[in-house]
Parts: sequence; C-alpha cells; structure tokens
Amino acid sequence: MTAAMEKPLTGRMPPDGSDLDLRAYEKAGGYQAIRKVMGSGMQPKAVSAEVKDAGLRGRGGAGFPTGLKWSFVPLGESAPNPTYLCVNADEMEPGTFKDRLLLERDPHQVIEGAIVASFAIEADIAFIFLRGEYTLAAQRLSRAIAEAYESHYLGRNILGSGYNLELYLHLSGGRYICGDETGLLNALEGKRANPRAKPPFPPMVGLFGKPTVVNNVETLSCVPHIINNGASWFQGLSRSKDAGTKLYGVSGKVKRPGLWELPMGTTVREIVEEHAGGMRDGLKLRGILPGGSSTPFIVEDHLDTPMDFTEMPKVGSRLGTGTMIVLDDHTCPVGMTWNMMRFFSRESCGFCTPCWSGLAWVERILKSMEDGHGNPDDLEKLSSQAKMWQPGYTFCALAPGAADPLLTALKYFRADFERHIAEHRCPWR
Amino acid sequence: MLTAEEINEIENEAVRYPRRDAVSIDALRIVQKHRGWISDESLGDIARLLGMSPTDLDSIATFYNLIFRRPVGRHVIKACDSVSCWLMGCESVRQHLEMRLGIGLGETTADNRFTLLPIVCLGSCDRAPALMIDDDLHGGLHAGNIDAVLENYK
Repeated sequence: MTAAMEKPLTGRMPPDGSDLDLRAYEKAGGYQAIRKVMGSGMQPKAVSAEVKDAGLRGRGGAGFPTGLKWSFVPLGESAPNPTYLCVNADEMEPGTFKDRLLLERDPHQVIEGAIVASFAIEADIAFIFLRGEYTLAAQRLSRAIAEAYESHYLGRNILGSGYNLELYLHLSGGRYICGDETGLLNALEGKRANPRAKPPFPPMVGLFGKPTVVNNVETLSCVPHIINNGASWFQGLSRSKDAGTKLYGVSGKVKRPGLWELPMGTTVREIVEEHAGGMRDGLKLRGILPGGSSTPFIVEDHLDTPMDFTEMPKVGSRLGTGTMIVLDDHTCPVGMTWNMMRFFSRESCGFCTPCWSGLAWVERILKSMEDGHGNPDDLEKLSSQAKMWQPGYTFCALAPGAADPLLTALKYFRADFERHIAEHRCPWR
Repeated sequence: MLTAEEINEIENEAVRYPRRDAVSIDALRIVQKHRGWISDESLGDIARLLGMSPTDLDSIATFYNLIFRRPVGRHVIKACDSVSCWLMGCESVRQHLEMRLGIGLGETTADNRFTLLPIVCLGSCDRAPALMIDDDLHGGLHAGNIDAVLENYK
C-alpha cells in the first residue's frame, strides 16, 4: 500500500508544514467522495449505511458509532426543517492535539467529510465550531471554505445534484464545556455552554430545537475515504475489532513527543516505546492517561493493551481521544492530579452541584496536600467526592471525566498520597 | 456607541441564525477585536442591538474565557497551565514571566504592554510548555528563551 492508503488522514500532508490547498487536495483524490455520492444518485440512507458498515466510531472521545448516529435523523419531506450538522473542532481536552493537525494541514478533508455527512442526514446548514485559540486553523479553514464555494462543492445545487448546503465557520468564545455535544449547541445558540439534559438527543432535538448531528473533526476526516474505498477497506486498516486508523499522540517526558496515524489497535507499548522513543534517559514510566485527562490512569502492566474502544476498557480505562499523557518517576502524581482537578474545577460550567462544588473542594484538598497540610482523612474525602461524580449525578461527562483520573491516581499512587500526608510535604519539592 | 463597521460585521454574522440573540458571542468577539475588551458601555450597546438585557449578555460574556470584561494590555499572553504543560515545567515559565513583567496572573503591566492570563490546554502538547501571545503560538519554552520571544511584542 502507498503512504496515502496506509495513512489516509495524514499521508498526503505536505512535509513542510503547509496545508493542501484546493488544487493539491483535488490532485490527491480529494472531493471524489462528493462526486461519487452526488453523481451516482446515491441515497442518503445508503451513505449512512456505508459508514455504519465501515464500523467508524466517534473520535472525539465517546466512540459512538457514527453511521448509527446519522441514522437517527428524520429524513424526507416531513422531517423538521432545517437540519444541522456541527463539526466539533473545539479541541480542548488537556493533552489532546490531534484535530489541530487535521484542521491546519488538510482543511478540505474535514470540509469534504462534513459535506458527505450533511448529505447523509439531509442537512441544510453546517457549522464548524472551532476553538478561538486555533488561529492558524481559522485562517486555513476560511480560505478552504471560500475555495469550496467557488468550486460548487458548497452552496446551492452542489455539482448539479439539486442538494444545497451552507457551511459556516464559528469561532468559540472559549470554554472546555463547549466541546460537550449539547454544550456546543447552546454555545452556537449564543448562550452559556451549559450542557442539556438528554433525552431528547440532538439528532431529534438539537440546534434551535432542530435535528442536529455533532461529529468530531477526526471522525469526519475518515468519511471521504470510507466513501471512496469502501467499508471493508476501512475495516482492513485496523489491527483490531475497531475499524480504521487512529491519530495517536504522546506528551510528557518521552524522547520524542508527537502524533502518528497508525492502525487502530496499535498497542500502548508500541506507541510509547517505538514511536515516542520511550522515556527520556534516567526516567521511568509510572503511569499513562491514554486518551486525554478525562481517561483513567493505566500503568506498566497494561502496556501491551491495544489502544482501541474494545480493549482499553478491559484494563479499566478508555481510548478517549487517543492522545496519551505520560507520568514519569521524577514527577509528583499528587501534583499532577491536583493540576487536572484545578482544570476541571475551573472549566465546570457551574450548573450541577456535585461538579462545581465538589471539584473546587477536591482541588483545595489536593493543593493543601501538596503544600504540606494534608490530613489522614483526606483520602476518604477525595474518593467519596469522586463517587458523587459518577454518571447519573450530573448532566454531562465533565465530572465523571474528572473522577476517572482521580480514582485511578488514588488506586495506583496511593503510597504517594499517604507520604504527602505523613511527611507534611511534597517529597518531589 | 458601536461603529458602523462593528454593526455591519455583527449583522453579517447574524443572518446565519434563526434568532437574533444567537449572534451574541460573535458580536462580543467582533467588538473586542476592535476595542481590545468589552466595556459596560459596549456591553449595553451590543445588548440593545440584539434586543437582549445587558444582564443576560453579561452572563454570557463572563462565561467565556476569551471575552475580556476588563481592559487588557497591547499584547495578551495566554499561558497554558494544563497537564502536559505542567509536566514539562509551565510553572517555572509562569514564575519567570511574573518576575520579568512584574505582574501576576490576570494583571497588566504598568506600561500597558502585556496582560498575563492562564489558559487551558492549547493543543500543543508535543511542544510543551506552550503559550500564545495575541494570535501566535509559541512552544518549547523555558526560562532561558522566553525573553527573546517577548522582544517581538512591543
């Protein structure tokens, strides 16, 4: 296979850091998926079915089957109007830097994916919800959207198919919770980004009360390739039950922090040791957050686990965003946990009490532990708070996402917490 | 009063939405782009334009990290303090900035040159620690190379 076929999402990106403009994208086979879908009289349902058969699961962290999500949207003359597609480009999960690459280096790829998805759900309007700090991505997306309109891939009567789609770029005011599916919808409606109660789910009642699908950037970037090459090709890219390639990243004190497109199901060990080059000299690995800071810690025993949706839960964690954060033995696990709880506390939207109140309390307990003022009953307080953040006690996944690293830190690094309390200091300072 | 240019930009965005107040965040961003921050007066002007109460609009303005309800300096430093940058030493970067600029987080230098703010993960974790100055991203920072970066912002 050529690089472009093995690494469909990243294989054709120019090595000099620039992006593919329209001509380069078309030359590399771009916008063929739209021609195939719209030129062949393919029905929206058939597009969803192809994506469902491919086994594509959401790359934003939750892993929901994409074609299935699309199939919940009411179609046809009697469907509510308009229908919306939202591209979730609000990449803010700490430790996650994968969508930035796709947006900055191949903006047409995600735009084409958005057009195909919009066609499949008969959307009239699509929004790219981009975090405000991604300024280079904003520039390149704006240009790419203008190019796509000029070439009639967007707008009225796309490529003579009779299908109309408007695509807008929206820059966020900035808040982690905007990345939550329904928080994003409220932000797009010009409100505070408090998540909504579900049901109703967005494919039935979404943006401005209309049917809406929210898909991640990496998810949509896979879509044109599935349409062009077929479901079984996409399945074959993977080494595991979960289909496709995956953008895996590693940050922390490894030799070569970075991002790689690899077959889904590549093991944690291969990613950390081969691609990231292993730990820096003199450091040992103590733990890994495998898919951003909302995923439970794994430790050395789990290194041979395939990084996918199916296998990671078997070792008590999740694939999440697929971008790992590595903890080394010269860094304080209590300090790292405090840092993450401060993040979650600061970014809580303030709606559900266990979240806004509990996170602030936990952050304070960990800070005082770091400052040498820990108490023996703090560990019990921490775990009882985290139990209040389980799914069902809050509207959204922010607090459950905070509980995962906290509870697993208490499990794997308990002796470090106890030492902070017993010695009245942080042993790393 | 909002300028004709500001109103024009806001109206251009407003056509995307079925409800007029849905453009509120875009409107705040547009006015801030021109004025640097959102004063009480600007807030009232935008609220009137969109048919909202100033209180409702302020509850939105204060929710979002990138909307400034206080004046900022000519350049805004947004220093990432999330976990990957923390592992790679963002605390010492912040300490150096605070010492060098003589201000703490949320403050502006006396010469109005810099405002220093914390920001959540900038998605540059492979080049941690990272920060943004205005629209520019800078990675791989340490106490030894920050001063040279600051020199580019007068």
